[in-house]
Amino acid sequence: MSGVEGYIYPNEVTLYWSVLIVLYPFITGLVAGAFILASLERVFSVEAVKPTYRLALLTALAFLLVAPLPLVLHLGHPFRSPEMYFTPHDTSAMAMFGYVYMWYLMAVLVFEIWLDYRREIVLLSQTSKGLLRLIYKVMTLGSSNVSARSLHIDDKVGWIVTLVGIPSAFLLHGYVGFIFGSLKANPWWSSPLMPVIFIFSAMVSGIAAVMLLYMATTKLRGLKIDMRCVDKVAMYMFYIFLIDFSLEMLDLVHRVYEADESFRSLNFLVHTKLYFSQIVVQICLGTIVPLVLLFLTQVVKLGEMARKRIYILSGSLALIGVLAMRWNVVIGGQLFSKSFLGYTTYKMALVTREGLLAAIGLTILPLLFLWALVKLLPPWPDKSLHEAATGD
Amino acid sequence: MSGMKDAGHLFRFAGLFVLAFLVFLVVRTYVVPKSFGEYGHYRGAAIGEIASRPIKFAGHQTCETCHADIADTKTKGAHAHVNCEACHGALAAHADDPMTVTPVKPDTAVLCAQCHTASAAKPKDFPQVDPADHSGGVPCETCHNPHSPIIGSDSGASAGSGSSAKTAKGGAK
Repeated sequence: MSGVEGYIYPNEVTLYWSVLIVLYPFITGLVAGAFILASLERVFSVEAVKPTYRLALLTALAFLLVAPLPLVLHLGHPFRSPEMYFTPHDTSAMAMFGYVYMWYLMAVLVFEIWLDYRREIVLLSQTSKGLLRLIYKVMTLGSSNVSARSLHIDDKVGWIVTLVGIPSAFLLHGYVGFIFGSLKANPWWSSPLMPVIFIFSAMVSGIAAVMLLYMATTKLRGLKIDMRCVDKVAMYMFYIFLIDFSLEMLDLVHRVYEADESFRSLNFLVHTKLYFSQIVVQICLGTIVPLVLLFLTQVVKLGEMARKRIYILSGSLALIGVLAMRWNVVIGGQLFSKSFLGYTTYKMALVTREGLLAAIGLTILPLLFLWALVKLLPPWPDKSLHEAATGD
Repeated sequence: MSGMKDAGHLFRFAGLFVLAFLVFLVVRTYVVPKSFGEYGHYRGAAIGEIASRPIKFAGHQTCETCHADIADTKTKGAHAHVNCEACHGALAAHADDPMTVTPVKPDTAVLCAQCHTASAAKPKDFPQVDPADHSGGVPCETCHNPHSPIIGSDSGASAGSGSSAKTAKGGAK
């Protein structure tokens, strides 16, 4: 049988979790990471990262809107998906995730964005025209109260929402790690460290994505990149990356030391089928190289241009590395037989519901959503609005 | 009071939540079947609907009432625990109307290989062969009686494929 080596059970020949299931934790990870970055400014009062605050929130929302789509495409029958809400089974982690997702979307992200933008929304509902005016009017929920006292209340409530949002973000992405970590039948996944590793790698990817988006959008707007902000964001990325790397290595060392009955099979897998995606891409290119580069920016006094280039390179490599990590977890976990005597091969389709093109489409879609959100709710200060507000 | 007024927009947002929740509850009332949860986490009425479907399998006791000689051969052979319809397919229609509905005789060259093709996953003491090497496409029943497959354990190959019922009704095709 082509693509199959050794002894493998019949139901292990074909991989049922495709590239879309790789994409799903990657996208939710970006959401959680972007939100944690936003919370740095709001809850932990890190003033330097303020220029990325709103962009981080909008990025989180754009990616969160797309997060369930890989699952819907994978499962098919989209009309059945609401049944998860209507008749949830309390022993199903996936069913409970539906509520976590909805909570995070509505009670955390949408609410926080609404509170933070309320002043602009009210002003835009008065200054814009046509359909946009109607949209902003609806978004005001009929309240045009932007008094100093009401904005102060918004600020306080927003702080609480962000505070609640941090454990919610951990829950959202911790769940994804939990889904894999709790599968005791699969030794590649079954580890209590899995949710923690997923959360930290999520933070790395989310911070990297927002940092790159901030640099790209600032450049596109013809403005100067706030290096104090980017330096700080990169510093946080470096520290969280370091923790993430340590946790992943801890997991690896634990597996090697424990060396249970699956070890020889998994060790062979890592040295053969997963060698390129795990050793080369995830660990070397996607983790060690960006870590070393970021370390350099922390200990060596580098010029602005060099730092920018390092941040772009290390941010991009970190994103590739985290995507590779998701790939190695999801695809890697299905490549070996539970008999530990054989292996199969993943053949990615191209133009199918779960093929490469669908995956590329789902990667681009959040960026289109983000573009629309940025147009609707510009994350940077608008001078004309400010003047309109002071004119009132 | 002014504090409440300045927080009015928050109540609007909360109201939106309450409204969405109420809509959810109303929709749920309509879309969740009435019998859902009656016995477990499924639609209770489904049991009645499934039970009312026409029965496809007759059960080996029904087969044995007419094919007693085959049943005798089978009981003594290695296939004693293989039910008739596992090989012959669902035959309730034949049992209900044996004269009109006559089952198609299985092609043993294909059927036997489904269980007896060699595989490392099967227990070592389970009879298994490479069909191409073993028989080269010749139907298994040429040498083995499917109802008592060990050669020499019955009256001979193909003997068991006939029956009193077959003789009476002209046999299976």
